[in-house]
Parts: sequence; structure tokens; C-alpha cells
Amino acid sequence: MSQKTLYDKIWEEHFVVDREDGSTLMYIDRHLVHEVTSPQAFDGLRQNNLIPRQINTIIATPDHNVPTTERAKDIEGIKDPISKLQVVTLNDNCDEFGINQFKLNDERQGIVHVIGPEQGITLPGMTIVCGDSHTSTHGAFGSLAMGIGTSEVEHVLATQCLVSQKQKNMLIEIVGKLQKGVTAKDITMFIIGRIGTAGGTGHVIEYSGEAIENLSMEGRMTLCNMAIEAGARAGMVAPDEKTFDYVSDKPFAPKGKELEHAINYWKTLKTDPNASFDKIHSFSAEEILPQVTWGTSPEMVTHVDDSVPDVKEDNKTLMSALDYMGLKPGTKIKDIELDQIFIGSCTNSRIEDLRAASKILDGNKISKNIKRAIVVPGSGLVKKQAEAEGLDEIFKTAGFEWRDAGCSMCLGMNPDQLKEFERCASTSNRNFEGRQGFKGRTHLVSPTMAAAASLEGKFIDVREL
Amino acid sequence: MKNSNLYSGEFACLEKANVDTDQIIPKQFLKSISKTGLGPYLFDAWRFLDEGFLGKKPSDRKINPDFILNKPTYSEINVLISDDNFGCGSSREHAVWALKDYGINVVIASSFGDIFFNNCFKNGVLAIKISQDQINEIFSQQRQNSQKQIEIDLINQKIKIPNIKLIDFEIDEFRKNCLLEGLDDIGFSLKYETEISNYENKLKQLRPWILNE
Repeated sequence: MSQKTLYDKIWEEHFVVDREDGSTLMYIDRHLVHEVTSPQAFDGLRQNNLIPRQINTIIATPDHNVPTTERAKDIEGIKDPISKLQVVTLNDNCDEFGINQFKLNDERQGIVHVIGPEQGITLPGMTIVCGDSHTSTHGAFGSLAMGIGTSEVEHVLATQCLVSQKQKNMLIEIVGKLQKGVTAKDITMFIIGRIGTAGGTGHVIEYSGEAIENLSMEGRMTLCNMAIEAGARAGMVAPDEKTFDYVSDKPFAPKGKELEHAINYWKTLKTDPNASFDKIHSFSAEEILPQVTWGTSPEMVTHVDDSVPDVKEDNKTLMSALDYMGLKPGTKIKDIELDQIFIGSCTNSRIEDLRAASKILDGNKISKNIKRAIVVPGSGLVKKQAEAEGLDEIFKTAGFEWRDAGCSMCLGMNPDQLKEFERCASTSNRNFEGRQGFKGRTHLVSPTMAAAASLEGKFIDVREL
Repeated sequence: MKNSNLYSGEFACLEKANVDTDQIIPKQFLKSISKTGLGPYLFDAWRFLDEGFLGKKPSDRKINPDFILNKPTYSEINVLISDDNFGCGSSREHAVWALKDYGINVVIASSFGDIFFNNCFKNGVLAIKISQDQINEIFSQQRQNSQKQIEIDLINQKIKIPNIKLIDFEIDEFRKNCLLEGLDDIGFSLKYETEISNYENKLKQLRPWILNE
């Protein structure tokens, strides 16, 4: 029998048919829907007199546009009429087609990539899609999870299949143990720094090695979340006992005998010992230090003890990045002063992230030069859990604003944005120009690095605290 | 939307790697619930010096004279040529809707973000990968001679630019047909109803928790 990778196995398990044009229909097990990339897809269904094929595989929630304050006012709390219309349109579409939605006033509402795992909607071995590139997050459970465009959203709604082509297999091994103070976020940023933002293009990445096995499920989600920033549509980690324990008690997970049956199947979801990969990268965990981006692409990254590189003037891409960021070649990362701190996003807004950040902040105050520091929990339930543990009090005492769940300042579609030229240490995933606000400047870091930077007013090595 | 085999017109070069979809169409325009009308906001933060929002009139905008698409020479382009990893980042199909609404129906680069690449073909936009050396040659020709005429023959997979050797390009047969035939993708997949139903019947036995009935 031929040796297969985890991706090969899931691909074969979901193969429906080869279309006569040479593409493949792949069956989709879960479809997550949010307000921004779905309205045109629902319009398409209506125009063609189609309905969603498998209503029970779909879950919707508003997350991109929603304000993170005044949640008690529900939809009336959305001041921007265009944002409001988009959220209302999601409500109308879900009502019309009978789609299960966690609405804005539901405590289960949150960032779509946080609530999927939280509810057990995400399970090992599944194919999962969403009109959002960070769908790669769900690969942490050993599922094949991919971001898709709106035309594909419509296609999956109508046919429960995605028109696909088999991708190549890439293995990224992180050998050995991480240093203390180094997190999953640092691993994923380090990898992007090494292989580049197009390094994984055309591949599905499987992450393995001792450092990956040691990560919590939250850590693995952070890792896979940024596979897309390495150019790969999907990243995945083989499921293990930690995965089975995590999903077993979740509301949407199978129960009793069916769960046993499922776990037996999930145990087969690993790469065979002699399976071959098209590309293999291997890094030593010890090499990985706390990471900070300095430019306008996630690959423009280095460790906290380093400096902004000596960019040559003829390198247009790098020069324009430094110009946008208002930085000079050779500036020490630790000399970069900050205006705002953002802890949140589908990368780092889970309970473990909030616990780690609050531990750094406990009993301390944010620096005077920080104009605003906000924490945006990934879901209503993460918020509730954090409050039960008293984390909200630690954040508030330190000077952070404690907000309601949503994507918030990761992309600033809601009112949470940087002002022109403001500089932010952010736990999100993209430092693109204007991402957090018009002319705003983003430095990507882990939650503990963001918390440490809030106390110092500039970057500091969290391991020194 | 059936396309003709030949695309001809004028091109502009956007000499920058990793042009992400946030640049192609910034987030504030994703609030639109329509696929049309995004052309005026294409590359908004690069084309204009002021911050844009949906509905802001082009006549009220401060134009960035340095941006390539604002130069009078390139006012009629329908082909855009850029560097490595064009369209990386967010899955927003709005990026392709904006390019198309602006009048760009061909994008050429040395590599593309995977999701953007798929989105192009779903909307009748031709995305072509050629080597970085070929891209660099086109860039330098345009810099030296202000060359902007281009002709693309999709059936024979050739790009013709005066003063440059004919460029062959690769394209998947199914994407090529998709463009030439103006395929109704969903209608095409629904022809496989029997296969999908058979798969679902098997699925109910093998992994009953998936369909949650």
C-alpha cells in the first residue's frame, strides 16, 4: 500500500468526482459564514433559484464589522449604516435560508475561527471552508481548512463541494524544545521570515516535530492561522490525544458511541512513516526567539534583539515598506516607540492568549506614551471565561480597555482603527499598509510581547521581565 | 460571460512584490453588498492621497500624481503586470471585482496568491504566470520605451509585446476552458448530482456526525 500524508488521506476521503474539465469536486463538511463575503453569494443563489444543499453543515456569525462596545444595544449599536446593513443582510439571509447563526446578541457570537473550535463545529479530518483566508486556523485539528472567495462560497452552498485541484505536500518540522517565553506566534512568524510569504504557495503545509506536539490546541490554532501568510491555503497538525480531549466535550461534537467511532477514525489521521513530501523545511526550535515585524509584509520580520535591516536604496519593495513604516535602516527593534496596543484577532484572542498576556500585566500599568491599549476577546464565551478568572480586572487595572468579541482592529472594518502614523504592537496577522487604519503602522507580535511592550512603551524582550 | 480568445490593449507595470488584496481594495469598501461599483476605489490608498469611503465622489478626491495608474499615458490600460506574489493575503473577491470594474481583465505576475488566482478565473479575469526574468524584461522595456501595447492569445498561450520575444505561458486546461466558454461553474457541478448524492449516502454510514441529522 502506498504511503500517504495526512493531506493525501483527507483529500482521498473527500473526493467526489473528477469533472470533465479536469478539476475535482471535493466534498465540504463544514462551511462557516460571516457578513462580509457572503451577501453576493446569497444573491447568486436567489438569482438561480438554488438553496443550500446541507443546511446542517453551515454556521454563521457576524464578526468583521461589529463594534466592540455597546453590545447591549445589539444591532442598534452599529453606528455606520453601511456596516449595519451588512450585518442585517446576514440576518435576513440566514432567516430566509434557515441557516444556524450566532447573532450579535448571542454569547456564542465571536470571530468565526474562534467559535468553530470552541463549539466543536471544527473536528479532525473534516474539510472546512469559509470566505476568509484565515480559515487555515482549523487545520490545528488535523482538518483540511481553506479560505475561499465569494463565488466559491456560493458554489459550496449550492453543491456542498469545492472545485479543487490537488495541492503539493510541504512538511515543516520544528525540532526540539522552544525556549522559555517563545510562543506559537513566534514559531509561525519565524517560519514566514525564513520561507517568505510565497514560500508555501501551491502547497498544504503539515507542521510536525516536538515543539509542535508540545503546543496546546490554542497554540496550534495560532500556528495554522498564519499558514496563509506563508502563501499556503492550508496548514495542518495531525490530531492526537490533546486534540481528542479538546473536542470531546464541545456542544457540536459527537457523543457516546458515535464519539468513540469518531476517535477511532481520527487516530488514523496521520502521515504514514514513509510518505513523501514535495518540500521539507526543518528548523531547530532553539533558534526561534520572540519575533517582531518591521515592515509591511509578514515576511519582513526579525527577533526582538535585532535591528531593522540595512535596506539598499535600489530595493523598491523594502524601501517603500520602511518609508511607510517611518523607520530607518538599522534602527534597533527595542528603540521603536509605540502608540497603541491591540490584543485580539483570530490569531491570538483565545483564553490562553488572554491568560498569558494578563500574567505579564498583573499588578503593572501601561506606559504613559501608550495612547490606547485594547483587548478584544475572540468570542462572547472567551470573554465570559476570562471574566470568571478575573482577567478583565487585571487588564483594566493595567490601563487596557476590555471589549466585546469581534475581528476589531485586526482589519479595522469597525470603529477600532489606528489614526494616521500611529504605531501599534498587534497580536493580529497582517502588517499590510493601511490594514489597521489609514496610514497606520502595524508591528506583529505575540500576546506576551504585546503586553510587555504596553508596559515599556516600546518593544522589550518578554524573557527579560 | 464568454471571452474572446484574443485580449489586446495596453498595459501598466506595478513594480512591487507582494501586492496584497488589502492594497487592491482596502477594507472599508468590503462593506458593499454588491459586486459592482468598486472600480473607483481600486488601489484606493495608492491612487489617492485622502482616505476614501464608499460613495465618496471621485471629483472630491486628492489624486496621487505619482501612482502609475494616474499617469495620463496609462489611463486606458486593461492589463496589469506586477511582481511576485500578486494578490496575496485576504480572500476578498472584491479585489477581482474592483480590477474588473476598473477595466482590467488580465493580470500578469511571476506568482499569485492562491485564493486571488482562483477568484480571477471565477470572474472572467485572466491571470497569467510568467517567469521573473520575463517580468523584469517587460518592466525594463516599459521604462526605456514607454512600451504599453500588448496582445494575448489565450488559445495558443502567447503574449505579444513589441520589441520583446514572444512569451509562451502555461495555463491549466480547465481554467482556459472556463474563460473561453464562460462556464456556469455551479450549473456544471450540478450535472454531477448522482455522484454527490452517492457520496453523501456513503458519508452517512462512514462518518455520521458530519451531516448531523
